[in-house]
Amino acid sequence: MAEAIAIIGAGPAGVRAAQTLARAGHRPVLIDENMRIGGQIYRQPPPGAERAPDQLYGFEAAKAVAIHRALDGLDIDYRPETLVWNAREKLLDLTGPRGSERLAFDRLILATGATDRSIPFPGWTLPGVFSLGGSQIALKAQGCAIGRRVVFAGTGPLLPLVAYQYAKAGATVAAVLDTSSFATKLKAAPGLLALPKLFAKGLYYLAQLKRRGIPVIEGVDGFAAEGATAPEAITWHRGGETGRIECDAVGAGFGLRSETQLADLLGCAFAFDELTRQWLPTKDAEGRASERHLYLAGDGSGIAGADAAELAGERVAWTLLGDIGQSVDSGRVATLDRGLARIARFRRAIEAAYPFPHRFHAAIPDALIICRCEGVTAGHLKFQVEQREAGEMNRLKAYSRLGMGRCQGRLCASAGAELLSHWRDAEIGTVGRLRGQAPVKPVPVA
Amino acid sequence: MSGQFVRLAERTSAEIRFTIDGTPATARAGDTVLTAMLLNRPSIGATEFTPHDRAGFCLMGACQACWVYDADGARRRGCSTLVEPGMALFTKWVPSHG
Amino acid sequence: MTEQLRSDVAIIGGGIAGCAAALALRKRGLGVVLMDKGFCGAGASGVNFGGVRRQGRSLVELPLATRSRAIWDRLPELVGEDGEFRATGHVKLARSEADMAVLEHYAADAAEWGLDLKLIGQNAVRDDHPWLGRKVVGASLCADDGQANPRLVGPAFARAARRAGADIRELTRVEAASFDGDRFEVRAAGGLVVTSRWLINVAGAWAGKVADWFGDGAPVETLAPNMVVTEPLPFFIDRSIGVCGGDIYVRQVDRGNVVFGGGNGWGDIELERSRPLAPTTEASMAKLIDLIPALKGAMVIRSWSGLDGEMPDHIPVIGPSLSIPRLLHAFGFSGHGFQLGPAVGEVLSELVVDGETPTDIKAFALARFQ
Repeated sequence: MAEAIAIIGAGPAGVRAAQTLARAGHRPVLIDENMRIGGQIYRQPPPGAERAPDQLYGFEAAKAVAIHRALDGLDIDYRPETLVWNAREKLLDLTGPRGSERLAFDRLILATGATDRSIPFPGWTLPGVFSLGGSQIALKAQGCAIGRRVVFAGTGPLLPLVAYQYAKAGATVAAVLDTSSFATKLKAAPGLLALPKLFAKGLYYLAQLKRRGIPVIEGVDGFAAEGATAPEAITWHRGGETGRIECDAVGAGFGLRSETQLADLLGCAFAFDELTRQWLPTKDAEGRASERHLYLAGDGSGIAGADAAELAGERVAWTLLGDIGQSVDSGRVATLDRGLARIARFRRAIEAAYPFPHRFHAAIPDALIICRCEGVTAGHLKFQVEQREAGEMNRLKAYSRLGMGRCQGRLCASAGAELLSHWRDAEIGTVGRLRGQAPVKPVPVA
Repeated sequence: MSGQFVRLAERTSAEIRFTIDGTPATARAGDTVLTAMLLNRPSIGATEFTPHDRAGFCLMGACQACWVYDADGARRRGCSTLVEPGMALFTKWVPSHG
Repeated sequence: MTEQLRSDVAIIGGGIAGCAAALALRKRGLGVVLMDKGFCGAGASGVNFGGVRRQGRSLVELPLATRSRAIWDRLPELVGEDGEFRATGHVKLARSEADMAVLEHYAADAAEWGLDLKLIGQNAVRDDHPWLGRKVVGASLCADDGQANPRLVGPAFARAARRAGADIRELTRVEAASFDGDRFEVRAAGGLVVTSRWLINVAGAWAGKVADWFGDGAPVETLAPNMVVTEPLPFFIDRSIGVCGGDIYVRQVDRGNVVFGGGNGWGDIELERSRPLAPTTEASMAKLIDLIPALKGAMVIRSWSGLDGEMPDHIPVIGPSLSIPRLLHAFGFSGHGFQLGPAVGEVLSELVVDGETPTDIKAFALARFQ
């Protein structure tokens, strides 16, 4: 009796998993919220907005096209525009073009990917402020700039990339503000050489920005968006130095955060990852989650990038095949594991080069909105800590409503935990985490 | 009224006529609802609990800040819904009685 | 690392009843140590629908519920905040003539117990609540019932009890308790040992296990509610809503979210886990639209469950142990203990200090299960 295998997420990890399983004779169900496969970095524009791959993906064009074609000719039960809103034991609750349905599975690969990680800054709730990833999607998938004069701010390897892509596409990039200083990057440089091509690309983007005369200000200690009803300028400071740059749009991001709600609903064990300051579902060396019929691949269980996602997606498919008694190409698996190990070393250097500036949270003023969905300010959170003795994330949520809104903490839980740990003078790994609740994204009552 | 978004890449696909709060607007096939609205407007509606209007944020279906409404009161997630000819989109919802 | 405490009263369970008891006992001058394995008020007290309701209760609960209703008005003075209590009124809907007969019958009975209900015919229901679906044929209104925010109330009682001098120990799991003929000894994880004259068992879904330690067996079953909430919506549901049959309950909070529930989730007191069930959630969603068609299109954004104790006759156990002196029980609130909690606390304190309570709790005697 064939095992019923489901894969959640059709980014590079999910696609490679589906490909590997299909080639081994299975017909996995591949469930994805988007209209087309590819995930985020290799997102395909919707029909009508297509452009040539090199225009969309630059250096990554060949990889993107390979992913887009990876399932051609294979028999996959592909469910686009479908949301898994709940998961329990061996059942998934789906909603999509086929309406609502329940899908039973024997084995499940979670390849749920990641979203931008946010640090609230003054003005971040103005319409015209987008995430860095969102800014990139506007360009890639819709051929649009998020505004007429854009400032990009935050940190991470995505920052110079998106800025460069905008400049190359003819948008006006007023400045790039990076919270990571040049000195910090220099110190991390030897580690970055573990993947020389990737390192070279990073340098290339920066050089291109400078060539175009776009100010790249590194090591900023903070920034704020000004404007009454829309962004009008960004102000920044670095030591005693300040600056003000006119803009009508801001793309901001501080690295990525994993989407772990379904792993949580399925009862996976979680552990706090010190490097990325996030709670992640645990996995063994072969990609199995703590629940043995579940497998984790890609950014959804720890940020490692698209290349690692491809390797991990294929790798956990081999793990699964071995677990159900099918033959495994151990040479191939060894190659995949070596690739993953190499990328892991590089990722540590990336975190060192673009550290998450968690110290920013200490400077957040009381009036700043932390939970956008519910309009919860830092001051309101502080009240819960000081007057209602909240010392743990779920308590903080229960009292303040942080994380109770439509996005269920995707944009605010990180800041909430950083603030809580700061005010309680407690290690961030000790203040708890918000739990996944069904539906993991909003679904209509009817 | 000017839009927040700026179209950079030339789009040769069909023009799409739709309405925002009853006012005619145009976009192109391949535009999402969010893009279509933001090409025409600075925002897509108010927020419940902040002083600012909203315009979406993540464009990838995570932030849930781009929900708009159709004529039947159904929600459409702007970043993951394509705009279609004749679509009547609204920036706020009013419950109908009966 | 042992910590030894001696106290007049030890309380197992930090829900509203336990914390209200702790507060009341402190006001009567007794020493109190309260232990909860988690955070106070995060059990059944914190995950329920939030109805502050007398209408619809078993008649024998009405004296206790009436006493409690008066306390709800005084929450700001008692615990320093109002818990978002609003006397919105509670409307119980009839969806058939048979339902209406039930409501009429109950209204007549309840009047004898001091509860004034107003029966409303079909036209008046539609006039007052034009957003109700056509299936509603009538209703019964308790204008003075209402709703509150369960996540706030229990913790507020805990903090008030602590301010009054109670030793409130959260994240302190009681592992064993015994009686030596004179004193109780309660042992908690982490080495805490509390010796007390009195012991109060308000351990919620786990109270049956605690009762068993003393030979006070009671047929407590685990009850896991299934609660759902929508995105914030324009405010129009100005009453807390119930139905004959109790299969759905709905309310809209000031901020606009519509909270609704009905049916069972899943819960396990050994695993100490609970969760809502998709089929139950979906069934509730369908009933909600039936009841309030204007909500079509509204988005559900969260659901949750919790662990409560259910008695076979759906009324709690409140009162002394059958054999052990100075042991009091209050558990098995069967999904509707939220409104009662403040009064239960006061009653327990009276049983300790005065040996009796003016509130009629005879019907809740543990002996009924022997």
